[in-house]
Amino acid sequence: MIIHHPLLGPRDAQEFTVLGDASLIDRPDGMAEGAPDAFDSYLHLRDNPAGTHRELWYHEAGDRSWLVVTRDTRTHEVMQVELARDVALAAGRGR
Amino acid sequence: MSGARLASGGQIDRARRLEFRFDGRAFTGHPGDTLASALLASGVRLMGRSFKYHRPRGVLTAGSEEPSALVTLRSGARAEPNTRATVAELFDGLEATSQNRWPALAFDAMAVNDWLAPFLTAGFYYKTFMWPASFWEKVYEPIIRRAAGLGALSGHDDPDDYDKGFLHADLLVIGAGPAGLSAALCAGRGGARVILADEDFRMGGRLNAESFALGDQGGADWAAGAVAELAAMDNVRLMPRTTVIGAFDHGIYGAVERVADHLPIPPEGKPRQTLWRITTSRAILAAGATERPIAFADNDRPGIMLAGAMRAYANRWAVSPGKRVALFVNNDDGLRTARDLAAQGVRVSAVIDARADAPDPGIGGARHLPGAVVTGSAGRLGLDTITVRTAQGREFRIDADALAVSGGWNPNVHLTCHQRGRPVWDDALAAFVPGADLPAGMAVAGAAAGTFSTHGALHAGHAAAAEVLEALGHTPTAPDLPQAEDAPVNLRPFWHVAGKGRAWLDFQNDVTVKDVKLAHQENFRSVEHMKRYTTLGMATDQGKTANVPALAIMAELTGKTIAETGTTIFRPPYTPVALGTFAGRSRGRDFKPTRLTPTHHWAEAQGAVFTEAGLWLRAQYFPRPGETHWRESVDRESLAVRAGVGLCDVSTLGKIDIQGADAAEFVNRVYCNGFAKLPVGRVRYGLMLREDGFLMDDGTTARLAEDHFVMTTTTANAVLVFRHLEFARQCLWPGLDVHLISTTDAWAQIAVAGPKSRVLLQRVVDPEHDLSNAAFPFMACGDITVCGGLRARLFRISFSGELAYEIAVPARYGHALMERLMDKGADLGVTPYGVEALNVLRIEKGHATANELNGQTTARDLGLGRMVSDKKDSIGAVLSRREGMMREDGLRLVGLRAVNTGSRLAAGSHLLERGAQAVAANDLGWVTSACWSPHLEAPIALAFLKGGAGRLGETLRAVNLLSGQDTEVTVVSPHFIDPEGERQRG
Repeated sequence: MIIHHPLLGPRDAQEFTVLGDASLIDRPDGMAEGAPDAFDSYLHLRDNPAGTHRELWYHEAGDRSWLVVTRDTRTHEVMQVELARDVALAAGRGR
Repeated sequence: MSGARLASGGQIDRARRLEFRFDGRAFTGHPGDTLASALLASGVRLMGRSFKYHRPRGVLTAGSEEPSALVTLRSGARAEPNTRATVAELFDGLEATSQNRWPALAFDAMAVNDWLAPFLTAGFYYKTFMWPASFWEKVYEPIIRRAAGLGALSGHDDPDDYDKGFLHADLLVIGAGPAGLSAALCAGRGGARVILADEDFRMGGRLNAESFALGDQGGADWAAGAVAELAAMDNVRLMPRTTVIGAFDHGIYGAVERVADHLPIPPEGKPRQTLWRITTSRAILAAGATERPIAFADNDRPGIMLAGAMRAYANRWAVSPGKRVALFVNNDDGLRTARDLAAQGVRVSAVIDARADAPDPGIGGARHLPGAVVTGSAGRLGLDTITVRTAQGREFRIDADALAVSGGWNPNVHLTCHQRGRPVWDDALAAFVPGADLPAGMAVAGAAAGTFSTHGALHAGHAAAAEVLEALGHTPTAPDLPQAEDAPVNLRPFWHVAGKGRAWLDFQNDVTVKDVKLAHQENFRSVEHMKRYTTLGMATDQGKTANVPALAIMAELTGKTIAETGTTIFRPPYTPVALGTFAGRSRGRDFKPTRLTPTHHWAEAQGAVFTEAGLWLRAQYFPRPGETHWRESVDRESLAVRAGVGLCDVSTLGKIDIQGADAAEFVNRVYCNGFAKLPVGRVRYGLMLREDGFLMDDGTTARLAEDHFVMTTTTANAVLVFRHLEFARQCLWPGLDVHLISTTDAWAQIAVAGPKSRVLLQRVVDPEHDLSNAAFPFMACGDITVCGGLRARLFRISFSGELAYEIAVPARYGHALMERLMDKGADLGVTPYGVEALNVLRIEKGHATANELNGQTTARDLGLGRMVSDKKDSIGAVLSRREGMMREDGLRLVGLRAVNTGSRLAAGSHLLERGAQAVAANDLGWVTSACWSPHLEAPIALAFLKGGAGRLGETLRAVNLLSGQDTEVTVVSPHFIDPEGERQRG
């Protein structure tokens, strides 16, 4: 597999470690009301689509960027690769 | 003697002779020969015994699809079993041995299996060896494996090297027959970066095996000219002897180059084979086609081969297959064999054509029998006669020592299936052709796409390459292709001759038409079930010649069309690959890298014994003269630390440098205990949780400046923790001003432990740094200099529970610092200690390591539940408070002390009440770490015990059923030494 790193161009998948669903970015606030339920969902409930799937990949043997890779689980086609940091910022995550 | 070398012709170098041996007998051949062609030319037909029935077998094909002629090549450590004689390139001194026979190929005692055939049908194993179940592994399987099988491994280490390589191209052309050569010429002339790979040692594909002309040249000559032109192009890489074995995601292809298989041993510095990973924008599959046999009774006798193979042996290798040759075909292509043989002066006795309206090839002296079939064969260890049944139903025998069979050709669609693509049935061709769902970037040209004529292949290859050129922005040149034959496919599907006797489909696995009928009868009717029930299409040839005829017969039996019946699809590799090729250089000592500590060579000079810790080699203990048992050394080292001062390299612990205005906030969120208010110049013990609330890691983190922390991790988790922190930094809190870098390898860190550690350090630390207890108390840290100005970091932390420090210097000074500390501490009795003593000291102190942080334990289990702050949001805090993790009777870390100091206590033992039976229901917990404590002079341990906090003073049993130990232990505090911590603060 080839992953087109937004900063480094096409890189072989062997350089990466996969973590899983990109929804792991959406960590709830641990001090908010209802945090236990929110964390239960965050940690344990995942979609398992046959088709487009957003995943977190870590360029461990490279520049250490976390990436959000949008991939078709049926064909392995990679549709989009973004820096996870940009995705998180766009989702309103900051400090 | 049947086969012989023809007087002239062939692409062999008759001027040179190569000596070789087969089963000990000496033979000769020529450069350009394969083992199979040289044996056939020497009159040898019998080359092996079949898998199950030990039937005599010869050569069926002339290529990598060969199911029968499997031999062991070379001898000793280089012996390679199951090599196909048809692709083994002949070299001087080659040694080959036949397989699966005893005591000899011509007389094989196991051929008794052939007489037992009625009992050995498909599914025989599943039905016969059912009972008792325990017999399968111990009795049945070993016997079956000995009786039925292929060649044996040498059992020695492979002395040769295997390499891996990476290549990049615009276009990969797979196969160098007419379509592949034409495609490569077009793309090469157009300026694209082209790789042309072919499994054969001579490029040209079928052009080398046919007699017809291309333009005014012979086919092989035209191919040689094309190869020469390509070889002169800088943008083209020719890769003969290279099999493309798989088509993987995103334009990645795997290929095995047999760099030195055609030589007795690889030249100095050369690998035997190289596994290439080829990344390419486009690929053209021009892998050609494979001929399929027609099944009839006893169609597996040596001397019976595929018509295209027989033609190849005659044209390419100048081998006459026999003195009287017959043909059995259902298509026009097979008739070419009759013409070519006749043209070479070989006597063709009969042309048996299953088609009633078959055209007469017009071979002088040959009987033409349209509408006839071959119903059987006879001959001991090789073909003597065949039985023919005419269209009128008359049966008679014909003398023939060679029979060419052609049931048509199957396009080599294998690589089109590697990403789940499904071939589709083409009625006009009576063959499966590539479907529409090809791997991205792949096109198929020539016979692989069902375009069987040479003219068609040349033009299809050019057209496919022209399309690639245009897509890449190059301008294709006009085709410059020679005139070539353009015969249409003229074939009547015909799969098997009905009748008694066993008719072989899969020669390698001894699967007959009867076996397919049995599979049908027992309702294993889908192609996938049929394959598994009969073992059809398995082993080294993966059914290249067998699959299509078998599923055609299944289609007949079920009354479905072949299109409805469908086909199994193919997985990589296309042909067998030695495991050594996949391993490459990653074997033995080079299987994984070895990391050495900065003081490794010093420790080696001291005679240290080393142990592996992940990739690291760490000093385990330092034996002294006279010490005969490891424990003597470890006890001495441990006691020396408690009484004086010891030194231990702890550089392997992970070190993460954390900087930025928000560094404190970041550290505070990744540890469950408070870090925001840690003063500069202080160290704190931190517990790191996973988000599910379980312990992930622990370590000490020092604050060197307002915006600068240095975190340590356990050796085992250094990589995981760093990955986790980067995840938190980039994905969870991208707005924090914080940066991370791993400095594990940048610093040499040495633990200086024991009551005399301060005295020793004062001798190396530069005098302006005050190490007094008041100025540099327990858990202090700071940047210092040592030995007259060398920058260093000092941390007053203690794993042993003694007054202790860890001192860090840039890694390249680690060796020198160790020597300096040893030198300056000589009068203090300074003692180097290894990880074994380190472990004893920490167990005595009750400190946790990976044994206790095993991924299933919590802060509460360690007795550190109160460290999890509820005043802040940190990773794992919320879920660490789940109900099930807060149970009062939950596990708790305790100490254990053996009641009898002479008994043994082992990690992994389970805890039980004294009278309780040793069963899981009575389990109270387990021992995580155990050692002999030289300080307490007793076996001690750390353990997780249910409700452990309330059980101090009780007596339990630590039971280890594996080693038969049953040891009485007293439950005590895990802090065996100095529970108040006065020593480390002193």
